[in-house]
Amino acid sequence: MSNRQEPAPSGFTRRSFLQGMGAGALAAGAGVLAPPVLNAANGAPQDAAKPALCGPDPVPVTLELNGKKVTLPLEPRVTLLDALRNHLDLTGAKKVCDRATCGACTVLMDGKAVYSCTVLAIEAQGRKIETVEGLAESNQGIATMQRCFVENDAQQCGFCTPGFVMACESFRRSHPKAARNEVLEGLGGNLCRCGTYHGVTQAVLDAIRGGK
Amino acid sequence: MELAWPDPKDTTVLGKRILRLDGPDKTTGRAKYTYDTNRPRMLWAKYATCPHGHARVKSVDVDAAQKMAGVVAIEVLAPAGSDLNVAFSEVAIVAAESEEVAREAVRRIQVEYEVLPHNVVDDDPQLAGASAKPGKANVTGDPDAAFKEAAAVSETEVGCSIITHCCMESHGSAVEVAADGKSLTAWCSTQAISGKNGRFANEAEIGDASNAVAICQHMGGGFGSKFDIDAWGAWAAKLSARTKRPVKVMLERDMEIALAGSRPSAFARMRVGCKEDGTVTAWESEAWGSGGNGGGLGVNQLPYVFGNVPNKRTRTTPITTNTGEQRAWRAPSHPQMALLTMAAMSDCAAELGMDELDFFKKNLGYTQRAKVYEEELNLAADLIDWKKKWVPRGDQADVVRHGLGLSIHTWGGGGHDSNVQCTIHPDGAVEIACGTQDLGVGTRTALAIVAAETLGLPLEKIKVSIGDSRLPPSGGSGGSTTIGGISSASRDACVQAANALFEKVAPELGGDPKKLVAKGGKVYAADNEAKAIPWDVACRSVGAQPLVTNGKTQRSLMQQGVGGAQAAEVEVDVETGIVRVLKLVAVQDCGRIIDLLTAESQVRGALIMGVCSALYEERIMDPVTGTLLNPDMEFYKLAGIADVGELVVKMMETPEHLGRGVVGLGEPPVISPMAAISNAVANAIGARVARCPMTPDRVLAAVGKKKGA
Amino acid sequence: MNRFEFARPSSVADAVALLSEKHDETSVLAGGTDLLSLMKDFVVEPKRLVSLMAIGELRQLETKGDGLAIGATTTLDELLAAGTANGYSAKWPAVWQAAAGIRSPQLRTMGTVAGELLQRPRCWYFRRGHGLLADRDGESMAVKGDNRYHAILGNAGPAKFVHASSLAPALIACGATAEVAGPKGKRSVAVKELFRIPKAGERETTLAANEVVMSVTLPKPTPKSATYEVRPRQGLDWPLVTASVALELDGKTIKSATIVLGHVAPIPWVCDDAAKLLVGKTLDEKLAHAVGAAAVAGATPLSKNAYKVELAQVAVRRALAAATAT
Repeated sequence: MSNRQEPAPSGFTRRSFLQGMGAGALAAGAGVLAPPVLNAANGAPQDAAKPALCGPDPVPVTLELNGKKVTLPLEPRVTLLDALRNHLDLTGAKKVCDRATCGACTVLMDGKAVYSCTVLAIEAQGRKIETVEGLAESNQGIATMQRCFVENDAQQCGFCTPGFVMACESFRRSHPKAARNEVLEGLGGNLCRCGTYHGVTQAVLDAIRGGK
Repeated sequence: MELAWPDPKDTTVLGKRILRLDGPDKTTGRAKYTYDTNRPRMLWAKYATCPHGHARVKSVDVDAAQKMAGVVAIEVLAPAGSDLNVAFSEVAIVAAESEEVAREAVRRIQVEYEVLPHNVVDDDPQLAGASAKPGKANVTGDPDAAFKEAAAVSETEVGCSIITHCCMESHGSAVEVAADGKSLTAWCSTQAISGKNGRFANEAEIGDASNAVAICQHMGGGFGSKFDIDAWGAWAAKLSARTKRPVKVMLERDMEIALAGSRPSAFARMRVGCKEDGTVTAWESEAWGSGGNGGGLGVNQLPYVFGNVPNKRTRTTPITTNTGEQRAWRAPSHPQMALLTMAAMSDCAAELGMDELDFFKKNLGYTQRAKVYEEELNLAADLIDWKKKWVPRGDQADVVRHGLGLSIHTWGGGGHDSNVQCTIHPDGAVEIACGTQDLGVGTRTALAIVAAETLGLPLEKIKVSIGDSRLPPSGGSGGSTTIGGISSASRDACVQAANALFEKVAPELGGDPKKLVAKGGKVYAADNEAKAIPWDVACRSVGAQPLVTNGKTQRSLMQQGVGGAQAAEVEVDVETGIVRVLKLVAVQDCGRIIDLLTAESQVRGALIMGVCSALYEERIMDPVTGTLLNPDMEFYKLAGIADVGELVVKMMETPEHLGRGVVGLGEPPVISPMAAISNAVANAIGARVARCPMTPDRVLAAVGKKKGA
Repeated sequence: MNRFEFARPSSVADAVALLSEKHDETSVLAGGTDLLSLMKDFVVEPKRLVSLMAIGELRQLETKGDGLAIGATTTLDELLAAGTANGYSAKWPAVWQAAAGIRSPQLRTMGTVAGELLQRPRCWYFRRGHGLLADRDGESMAVKGDNRYHAILGNAGPAKFVHASSLAPALIACGATAEVAGPKGKRSVAVKELFRIPKAGERETTLAANEVVMSVTLPKPTPKSATYEVRPRQGLDWPLVTASVALELDGKTIKSATIVLGHVAPIPWVCDDAAKLLVGKTLDEKLAHAVGAAAVAGATPLSKNAYKVELAQVAVRRALAAATAT
């Protein structure tokens, strides 16, 4: 229902955004090392089948994102968080500390919570990546954990919430019978400023029981 | 229908526990914040900042950055000769095709500085030297005589560090000036969206407010720090106008913590004298602290709450420091004054050998609302099991010691000027529009609740629009004034709408519009419910055009002034100095409650923020460079989920409290936690920890002092 | 972050070949949580990153007789899970307790064992770009500045930071060795020897820039071991000090002992003199106090960190109590 509240900004699509980024966005010159010289002790020189150096210019990166494969050109330095937010317009994961501390950027990789701010997108290839949007989409618009957050008023400003939801979801999957103290112990990687921990704790306990 | 709030006994949604409407958007990631703005061809802008607490710019060389592929615009903000008084001051701003390029370009800007002397000492007026400006002593009664006659005199030294707002969504804006340069749209993370369009229009020089729209659908925390568009909002506008492209400027975390607002520190040496029965007769305080570069301190009303102590001498010494300026931080000055006052009162109780609860109650006559505090202190004491658990200071010998502590507080609240438009469509649809913003407190939901209650409709029927400068203007969200403003204006608009509708349908329902009620999705005469018309049918009578009413803030639906009492239970490991909060109790009145659920959530959140400032968070300045050493979330520490203990919230819902009208809740509950926790720690270890946050080093120092005493 | 080349080799030899002899010209990427944070702040600006995460042989736990070899890129999460599943956490409690002290699930998912050992210091002067030694006009900024989290031991030289690893003290206490691969082949080195107190121009590790830790081996079960952390917050937070102890007992008599403090010195701090006090004795409160005091006997706290001297003693006492508890 609250979707209706958005005043309509001008039409924005993922495609137009990617076009907007354009090649100019992604090409920038930087010092590059000479090709690797193998030390004699290591034997034969590197052959073509060996993993090649790539970058610093954009390279095609394929992410398995919310069950779908998506390929986009990215510099190796682009983090998973920035790839999601700035290149794919998946802005659920938030940028807050941007230094692997606060948890607002949490997404799942192969079902486990990670700080996407310190994972390179190029390193996330071949891993199953699940975002807060994907969690909702694969559960008819809202997953049990997300519904339990709503029902326990576990969000205020809501900026830490998507990361917290994903950390909680990962916890729930690996701790299907967790008690309160385990919940508190198992969510040490997320911070909230408004103070929603009480609701978050209860949301996880409810979700473990399958909902309220 | 009368304007007055309906009787609490008769409400369907008003004052009940109602889930916030935007919960699903927030938990699924659909909610779009300013930081989430992505526009075609958008540029990212990042700042180059000063690493010194005080310096003069000698030169700025942007050549290397300018030559980088992807860099679109660079502006030097502090040219040679500029004096910068705070570390992280803006030196230049770079707009680039990507966030990565913008950051790297900033790195390549070369700045030479002449380093100037700085002061970052805020906790010692003598060390601060000329930066400390002692105020004049204020004397009431005869404190010297009162101290002489006192049965007990306590001495207290306590204080708290500068903390910051540390909003999860950093400050910033995204601005898109149209290709023809004649209009703009701005997305701004702000506590006051109404009127921001004009500010952006002015900065972009694209004409006037009528050419601009400002939007803030969701915002990731403000706490008093996000009223203005700020220099960074202005630069988003200027750079967008200059480049004819959308530009997003969001502060990096380090700038956010260093520059985007802080709460002043406050320290004091205090003496309190009392009679044998615990009645305080004398107060003396010497307070100091810093509000940063702009100075200011604000703790000049001591003792707090117990203001009417007859004999007092107070003095405050503000210290100017080369640190980021203060901004309103939830209940400005009150948490600090509560800490100083409640600690001194608690120490006096201990000095006298009296139970802190009894001592506080004994002195409620010095407050503005003795009866409310008495009621709330008793409830808080019950909820924390005070009578059973409290033991006098110094009676424990274990390594891990338990303690209880109390604090009371006050705040004004009331309501700001707000306008709400109610539209009833001929098909029964209802829209509520208000140019307010939801900081995460449930403003959107509160508007819907008032409308649903007034029009007798389910919440789902109400469509609420907020967060847009095109909507009817509403005040900034500060000082706990939003709920009063928006709820009373919403009530006004909806009562007008209901009455207008009643006029139209009265002929079908007995003829007297004054007898009509809207309830349960129906409209009917109060004395003839059998002949009710469903809402949608009733609305057909409005005619071809929708019925529109405009409501304004109604003083008769609001009041000012609340109390509040809190109790804390802690355990302290006296070998490691680690304090753990076991339980916090908040008993809070706020007049008429609109949404009990979000009210309770806001109080719990305030308790958690209090734990942060009591135990963990502080800005740590570098004496060497004058910069901020912890502009991150690793050493600028917030409490985690396992650090906050059990949180018990009791909202006052007696007819007397609910009957007062709406007062506001943002500030009051955040005032007392630090004081109550400080008192609980003192109770546990038998000594006052001299400074919040009560980190292990400070706790061990207090334990050691006591041992040495 | 600066721009860089990226490689994801599938063998250690390839990885080594891709690395420069110069520190920071290239960097090894494992979990990335520390390296990428450093790069975002431009504290390091490598021109090439070499990911170890595709090298299967580095990511396994393997029993070796009584001992256990832990692959370098085993994640902390995998380490903890294996500890529970295979009983390792009972054989080497000190190590698993140290790993469990890293309280962020997200860091455990990405963070690796070798990455934890080789993470750079958290010293805020280093992190703000003043260099590892934060030297300014021949003086340490940490000495004149805010040193509440800095070293109380081993700080006579220019290095005042504390080593950031919590695993290293535990591994050292349990006698672990590291297998290292470099351009000249493989070598084995005591974990303790991976670290040094740097002087000007040096790193805090003895590893060459083009050497890669392949695995860490715990030689034999050390069930009477424990790690105690003094960590202010329950969730993710840096310990103020840690103590890891490993004992060999004959009945209640201590036959041998190792005590290693973490977060107190530029290296994991091995307290041989304090450990010697335990040999041939039975632990009691008086002895624990004496050992704790001996562990910090040479402490030279800076202006704001004397409290850590007290905390280190508490940590030693509590770790000893935990190690001897049945």
